[in-house]
Amino acid sequence: MARRFVSIWFPHLMTDWLIRCRPALRQEAFVLAIPDHGRMIVTAASRTAQLQGITKGMAVADARALIGTLQVIDDKPGQSNRILNALGEWAIRFTPVTATDPPDGLLLEVTGCAHLWGGEEVYLEEIVTRLTHIGYQVRAGMADTIGAAWAIPRFGQTPAVIPAGEQMAALMDMPPAALRLESAICERLMKLGLRQAGSFIGMPRTVLRRRFGREMLLRLDQFTGLEDEVIQPLLPVEPYQERLPCLEPIVTGTGIEIALRRLLETLCQRLSQEEKGLRSAVLKCYKVDGAIEQLEIGTGHPSHNTNHLFKLFESKIPTIKPDLGIELFVLEAPKVEDVRPLQETFWNAAGGLEDVSIAELIDRLEGKTGKGTVHRYLPAEHHWPEWSVKPVVSLHEKTDTSWRTDRRRPIQLLSRPEPIEVAAPIPDYPPMHFRYKGKVHKVKKADGPERIESEWWLQQGQHRDYYVVEDDTGSRYWLFRLGHYTGDKPHAWFIHGFFA
Amino acid sequence: MPAEKAAIIAGLQREILLLQGFKQAGNTSVDMGLGRVTAAFPNATFPTGAIHEFVSAAAEHTAATAGFIGGLLNALMQGGGACIWISTCRTLFPPALKTFGIEPERLIFVDLKREKDVLWAMEEALKCEGLAAVIGEVKDVSFTASRRLQLAVEQSRVTGFIIRRESTVFNTTACVSRWRITSLASEPEDGLPGVGYPRWNVELLKIRNGKPGIWQIEWSTGRFRLMDEPSSSAPPELIRKIG
Repeated sequence: MARRFVSIWFPHLMTDWLIRCRPALRQEAFVLAIPDHGRMIVTAASRTAQLQGITKGMAVADARALIGTLQVIDDKPGQSNRILNALGEWAIRFTPVTATDPPDGLLLEVTGCAHLWGGEEVYLEEIVTRLTHIGYQVRAGMADTIGAAWAIPRFGQTPAVIPAGEQMAALMDMPPAALRLESAICERLMKLGLRQAGSFIGMPRTVLRRRFGREMLLRLDQFTGLEDEVIQPLLPVEPYQERLPCLEPIVTGTGIEIALRRLLETLCQRLSQEEKGLRSAVLKCYKVDGAIEQLEIGTGHPSHNTNHLFKLFESKIPTIKPDLGIELFVLEAPKVEDVRPLQETFWNAAGGLEDVSIAELIDRLEGKTGKGTVHRYLPAEHHWPEWSVKPVVSLHEKTDTSWRTDRRRPIQLLSRPEPIEVAAPIPDYPPMHFRYKGKVHKVKKADGPERIESEWWLQQGQHRDYYVVEDDTGSRYWLFRLGHYTGDKPHAWFIHGFFA
Repeated sequence: MPAEKAAIIAGLQREILLLQGFKQAGNTSVDMGLGRVTAAFPNATFPTGAIHEFVSAAAEHTAATAGFIGGLLNALMQGGGACIWISTCRTLFPPALKTFGIEPERLIFVDLKREKDVLWAMEEALKCEGLAAVIGEVKDVSFTASRRLQLAVEQSRVTGFIIRRESTVFNTTACVSRWRITSLASEPEDGLPGVGYPRWNVELLKIRNGKPGIWQIEWSTGRFRLMDEPSSSAPPELIRKIG
């Protein structure tokens, strides 16, 4: 398919923007100025000011001499780029590939987009109308190459669509500046009397190169399409993306749901054909007033199950505020992975952790309660009880370490050991009785001690001597004494868990 | 002759249960290894695909309850099933589950902030057919909430356990049973010093279409053992090296 580009030129970008922000300035003569070598230089002048002869690059003092009531507004460097960026993002509703063309233009790659609006003329008309409604005076053109598209708004008849392959004919009447040449080359061409591109385009290439340098030929080739030129998109285009423009702005939750479901169906169909599944998805809603709302979901395993993904989005739909309406939905899958081939089964065997329904359940739980609430534990090679397990998030992670069963471990472990009062007869003997939460427990049976050293390369602190004790009611506890037995000093005893 | 009578009575009981609207949970009966206790259940099978409620008054009893549930999960998770443990203040220590024959990595833990979320998560999890069991730790559960859980399992046939920690109000719930597990003094084997196998006083306070009862059960050599049964002569699986 032949590539098509649209170039949009904002002849009064800064002043139009300022009038949009402050409508009172519409009829005023005002200029934007920036300090330069100790004086103020005009960077943009309003239409009223321009009619009185004020131009860009003039000193503010000279301009004041022309219009006594001239308003001077400070310009900020880089402001025009920021405005262009915002306009470029706004223009994503027309095509996914948009780029800024500093200082005062936008470039859109519209290959395969125009037919959605019913033809190239209608499409271009729509862009111009929408921008005019916003308040910008624009000129736009469409052609096969960036060079040709750039030249039309600035030097040709607009709005103009140059049919495929006819950019050469359009170039004939244009001045040399339409080729995006440096001003020095343009001046030299003018001096030689070559005021129209048609007058030198037929010259031999070697002559042109010798007289005007390589750049001339490059620009010429870029105009005609012999040389490829790439566009640097504002937002990188996700390889997995679906778009749904709406004829009428959507304002209801039901409408959003229908749009989302349709997008998911097409995306999932594509993913399942390529045997891929998405790990995260973003739904972007472009609103009529130019704002963008977005929802994000993540899954624990690659999935292309429409219903499951829809459920994950469903709970978040009420957070969207459509305001005046949403006119474009874009669904992107930034993270896509290969999906594990799934064996279909006739009967429903409890498949354990491999079961897809469990993974989907966990996605739903995490979607509602937030990340970090769901985890599993794998054994870790540590004796210190708090560190003997390590939490993992993935359902499929495995480890070579096996669970130790040669030591008794309590089924309930307190997250922090709680201090207890203990009466112990002699060193290294289990306690006779202990007081925990105000209740005295008489120890009937005991096992121990099991000494667990603190891992000095990881932490500071004393070792623990653990005892398994059973009291007179039959309850079993895990107690420990911190550190060595030191004669006269009282010892710190703690309860750390309960046995079944 | 008495055997014949017993068979007739058992048949009649089954018919009565059917008339009372009790449906057999398919043909997927799981042998919990509870021996004599199974006689207390309707149709003499442990009700899977239902919600069981466990009440515990203190942390010690919660530990005993967790141990008993561990024994039940051992049977339910045979064949590689996974289960979910949902709680707000979980103290369960996964390595200890290995004692009850469960692979601790096949348990998925969900730690939430509010009890309301626990009940919601339980309901969601109970609808998931791929799970072997769902365990939820809550303080209180209303009749409506328990009814919702019961309705969820009726579709999916997943077994659910509710542990009511330090709960004092025993309201009516839609759960199929209510248990209370408390610790009993253990008996060390062969008169050796130290602490023996976990032993519990298992009270089945309520059972729909069944007979409540009290049993003393010990967990040893990887299975439940009722106390007045003769001890198995099999060597213990666990070799304890303490000291």
